[in-house]
Amino acid sequence: MDETTKLTEAQELTPWDRVQMARHPLRPHTLDYIAALCEDFVELHGDRRFGDDAAIVGGLATFAERTVMVIGHQKGSDTRENMKRNFGMSHPEGYRKAQRLMRQAEKFGISVICFVDTPAADPKKESEERGQGNAIAESILVMTNLRVPIIAAVIGEGGSGGALALSVADRILMQENAIFSVAPPEAAASILWHDSAKAPDAARALKLTARDLYELHIIDDVVPEPGGGAHQSPQEAITALGTRIRAHLDTISQIEIATLLNQRYQKYRVIGQYAEA
Amino acid sequence: MKEFFRRRKTSFTTGGQPEGNPVPDDMWVKCNACRELVYKKELTDNLKVCPKCGHHMRMSAREWIDLLDGGSFSEMDAHLLPTDPLGFVSLGESYAEKLVKSQQRTGMPDALLSGVGMICGGRLALTVGDFAFMGSSMGSVYGEKLSRAAERAADMGIPLLTINTSGGARQQEGVIALMQMAKVTMALTRLADVGQPHIALMIDPCYGGVTASYPSVADVIIAEPGANIGFAGKRLIEQIMRQKLPAGFQTAEFMLEHGMIDMVVERNQLRDTIGRLIRLYGARRRPVTRRDPVEELIGAIPYM
Repeated sequence: MDETTKLTEAQELTPWDRVQMARHPLRPHTLDYIAALCEDFVELHGDRRFGDDAAIVGGLATFAERTVMVIGHQKGSDTRENMKRNFGMSHPEGYRKAQRLMRQAEKFGISVICFVDTPAADPKKESEERGQGNAIAESILVMTNLRVPIIAAVIGEGGSGGALALSVADRILMQENAIFSVAPPEAAASILWHDSAKAPDAARALKLTARDLYELHIIDDVVPEPGGGAHQSPQEAITALGTRIRAHLDTISQIEIATLLNQRYQKYRVIGQYAEA
Repeated sequence: MKEFFRRRKTSFTTGGQPEGNPVPDDMWVKCNACRELVYKKELTDNLKVCPKCGHHMRMSAREWIDLLDGGSFSEMDAHLLPTDPLGFVSLGESYAEKLVKSQQRTGMPDALLSGVGMICGGRLALTVGDFAFMGSSMGSVYGEKLSRAAERAADMGIPLLTINTSGGARQQEGVIALMQMAKVTMALTRLADVGQPHIALMIDPCYGGVTASYPSVADVIIAEPGANIGFAGKRLIEQIMRQKLPAGFQTAEFMLEHGMIDMVVERNQLRDTIGRLIRLYGARRRPVTRRDPVEELIGAIPYM
């Protein structure tokens, strides 16, 4: 975290304000980041098992003078695109496509960059039939011991297991107004207090803001956004995130893979708080 | 959107004793499935499976220990206690109050019971969730105990059996709870590294972040007949996504039909099945070699 982040703290946005900003339809989405930060993007499609899920995009690209595998949830900016993208809620075939691309990245020694932006995993009947639980679990497993560096950047909503499935990484970055939550605040309010209208209270209680999660040692970096949020000046937001991703990638690319895997293990192994009687 | 997540207060019953409505004189229990009265002694002798209709009633974590060879169980990590890492600001009962109530009700410090024991003479590490403890939701203690169980099994070179029932990640621990899904998966890679199997038994009900993590990538997945297993809850699918669900949706049999689990096994057959699996995995002639030297060399090549 740098000075810019600390300065904006003075604005006193509530967690619920940030939820709204994280969900803003004009906020840049994964393909905007790829278009602006990468060259030669070649999108790869399909899970080779069932279909191609437009809610997750991925492929090869050049970023910071090297080939990377970029993968991300893709939301739409309007209703039509959101119907196509299922509002960024991935189906099992989306996670399985991501797994395929990650394994391929491992095969060719290519680093992985994930953009996280999803309200939640798709909760429809068909997704259950095709094993949504298994798909997310497999993604987590693939990322736990993938033998290439992984960076995850939360650029909007990091919603529950659907977000975790693209964010088990060596470094987790969050934009200042992005959120990362165990469940969408509406769902949490419903589970906890049987009233989804209490979502703003849930947003506060869940500690879902970037700064909260930095203080809880869950994420590694909070990336500042332009005043008023990323949607006010997308180019500025994209450049700021790109600079940080590059810096982290340069750092972890220097680490020998066995060491990196050990560090990844330890990074997750120590998450949790308990007392010992 | 907010209408979407509303649901009735009565929807999620975590409370009370494990299933089987006690009927006054305590000698008889009413089966929730067939509504017949069952003599309690007969029910206990039948592993809490209704002798009239075969309904598998819920059992507490402690009751599940009977699955092991008599007297073989040693509990581990019982000293790990839950805290309130977020200082969770609840509108209703505080997290601390909920914990105390659940502890009093179940006699457990948190939802997961862990230890080592034997089945049909084969040693294994075991974890069992207790649904009466906050829906056996996965928080820090659950994640830590399970991770330790996986690492212990790896160190001892024995299989791990997880008996899983859960409503999902524990909301009161926020993203810390969500991250337990990754943490436990990490720890289980140690077990895989030493070539010991993880056998997951899914019992009623198993949902959310637990279904979407370690049990769904176990080497063998077993479920009890009729157990409800899924990622998204049925009410969410019906009321929010407005989809009609067929009878038997998200049951163990449904999961088997869709290729998500290996088998549906009745409670009285579990010991035999698990015992046989442990013997089969244990009687290999060749040691497990997961990393070959060429792969290590590839690891030394700098990244693009």
